[in-house]
Amino acid sequence: MAPTASALAWTIEEVRVAGSSVRLRTTGRGAPLLVLHHDIGTPEQLPFYDALAGHFTVLLPSHPGYDGAERPAWMRSVRDVAVTYQALLATRGPADVSLLGLGFGGWIAAEMATMAPRAFRRMILVGPMGIKPGAGEILDQALVSYIDYVRAGFSDQAGFDRLFSPDPPTPQLEQWDLNREMTFRIAWKPYMYNPTLPPLLSGVQTETLIVWGRDDRIVPPGCGEQYARALPKSRLTVVDGAGHFVDMERPEALAKLIVQFAAES
Amino acid sequence: MHLMYFTEQPMSAYPEDEGLKRGATALMFSNRHFDPVAGSRLYNEYLEHYRLAEEVGFDGIMLNEHHNAPFCMQAKCNVFASILAAVTKRVKIVLLGNPLPLADNPVRLAEELAMIDMVSRGRLVSGFVRGGGQEQLATGVNPAFNRERFEEAHELIVRAWTQEGPFRFEGTHYQHRVVNPWAVPLQKPHPRVWIPGVLSKETIIWAARQRYPYIALSTAIDATKKIWELYDSVAREVGYTGGPENRGYLQRCHVAETEEKAMANARQFMWMQGEFTGLAHPVWSSPSGYFSPSYRKAFVEFAVGRAANPRAAAFEEQIREQQIIAGTPKTVIPKLRRLLEETRPSILGFWAADGFVSNQDTTTCIRLLGQEVLPAVREMGKELGLWSPFEANAPVSITQPAPPTPRNGA
Repeated sequence: MAPTASALAWTIEEVRVAGSSVRLRTTGRGAPLLVLHHDIGTPEQLPFYDALAGHFTVLLPSHPGYDGAERPAWMRSVRDVAVTYQALLATRGPADVSLLGLGFGGWIAAEMATMAPRAFRRMILVGPMGIKPGAGEILDQALVSYIDYVRAGFSDQAGFDRLFSPDPPTPQLEQWDLNREMTFRIAWKPYMYNPTLPPLLSGVQTETLIVWGRDDRIVPPGCGEQYARALPKSRLTVVDGAGHFVDMERPEALAKLIVQFAAES
Repeated sequence: MHLMYFTEQPMSAYPEDEGLKRGATALMFSNRHFDPVAGSRLYNEYLEHYRLAEEVGFDGIMLNEHHNAPFCMQAKCNVFASILAAVTKRVKIVLLGNPLPLADNPVRLAEELAMIDMVSRGRLVSGFVRGGGQEQLATGVNPAFNRERFEEAHELIVRAWTQEGPFRFEGTHYQHRVVNPWAVPLQKPHPRVWIPGVLSKETIIWAARQRYPYIALSTAIDATKKIWELYDSVAREVGYTGGPENRGYLQRCHVAETEEKAMANARQFMWMQGEFTGLAHPVWSSPSGYFSPSYRKAFVEFAVGRAANPRAAAFEEQIREQQIIAGTPKTVIPKLRRLLEETRPSILGFWAADGFVSNQDTTTCIRLLGQEVLPAVREMGKELGLWSPFEANAPVSITQPAPPTPRNGA
């Protein structure tokens, strides 16, 4: 079935954090959930957001420098983004927030958790970057085109075609290029991981659900087991019929896992 | 005029069919296709060509470097510069140039260049480049900070050359708590710096602001004129008048004893589909953050195969636009005259052959250039008032108003 996004109503605000403007979009009702998007940015609307909005107050910032958001010239690491979001939550966010990190956003969420080991209600990491794979490699986007990189994140190419069209328009490519440039600015070397993250994860007390798409060709699924070993209160679930972009390929299934996990006491 | 000899030092012995099959011969094209036996032979042939170029009357030898690609065997231009410093006597050694952003320690680069300048008895011209896009990937350097690293490394090198040590340098990308290299250049205040480029307006503006000569690399005549319009307007803004001493051009120019042979050999400038990027994968040659934001649209379309390479043109078009000149000395001289009249450079590099042109034909080309073409070009230069930075005693830079000394070697 082809899921299509509704025109979900978002509140958009610009919040001054760490000397820059962070664009924060909010929708839905329920317990607050900070959703951190992929390195490719995010479409304005996704069926996945529809599925979440019925259960959560979804807080969806654009990462600094992504999707047209202001680029802080000083920013040099994913940890800088994580600190910025801690400041965002301190000024604007409600209490008792849960974190949902998608891919690259999962790495940001994991960094945030290490900074405040007791602060978050729950954490869900979906195919997160951030740990050096014990086996295999994180796909180097510098070597593949924008389209090929995003396609590599889908297990079924029909999903890509549906969301981005078989031949995405040039403005979409320019956006992916801008997002890629920002990724290079903060995650170039080592590429897509932080060697000091795994030891720090051992101090995190937040209950964590780790989700991996079985056909993830961007981050080796073995990283899921590495995360599960590093995070004391975590468990790993693998989703069939999905690559790296589980949220785009299996929105209902992922949302259901998250809703169930959030409901656990 | 300052007349230079140049070759890309092509690794012509690689299996071309493998390159065409792979579709890209830079960065990820496996080095299992590199044959060090042929490499050894070619390096020594190229060295002989340089010695011959000095013998037949060239004023300078232009060197460059690239990485992970058969189109250029020089992985470090300072290596050949060091050799030439010892085995040549008269020619300027013109590096166009060291890719600054690739350096993690610019002080080390400053030391190497100072050594080359001393060994050559003051014959170094030290050009600097940003490095091609794929060079950033070949060396693991962040393309998003390419220009920042270029400008900061340049500042550090010039200071290492001109400011007495020890001093401390705390930059954004380079931090050196002690800068005090004992190798310093023979030429004072420092060797001349020339800046080559193809496309980026930012580089032209930067070079003009520094009052460094800009060397246009095989651009079409109309495009070259636009470069000088921009350069001269920036020069006026910062308080000087741009002229021939600020202008250089690299001309692909193959001469032979017959028109037919010259034209056949000139086609080798298009080997691996031509251009200095060869069969570059568009994503590797223009990584995100490397190119100017004003070209973003053109490059993203190129990267997915939606548009042609904004830097490439067909052979016939390049012949028509004189980006490639080929013929006997008699037929190439009027074409060079047109170039000089229309664009008025005082620094002219002759990129004489490429690809599979034989050792013998390359040697013939260098001899014919030296015996018949260079004297004619020199006369034109005098007639047109195209005085090189050396002849004009032009300042080294905007901040160093004196020409360097010693002028003709110690």
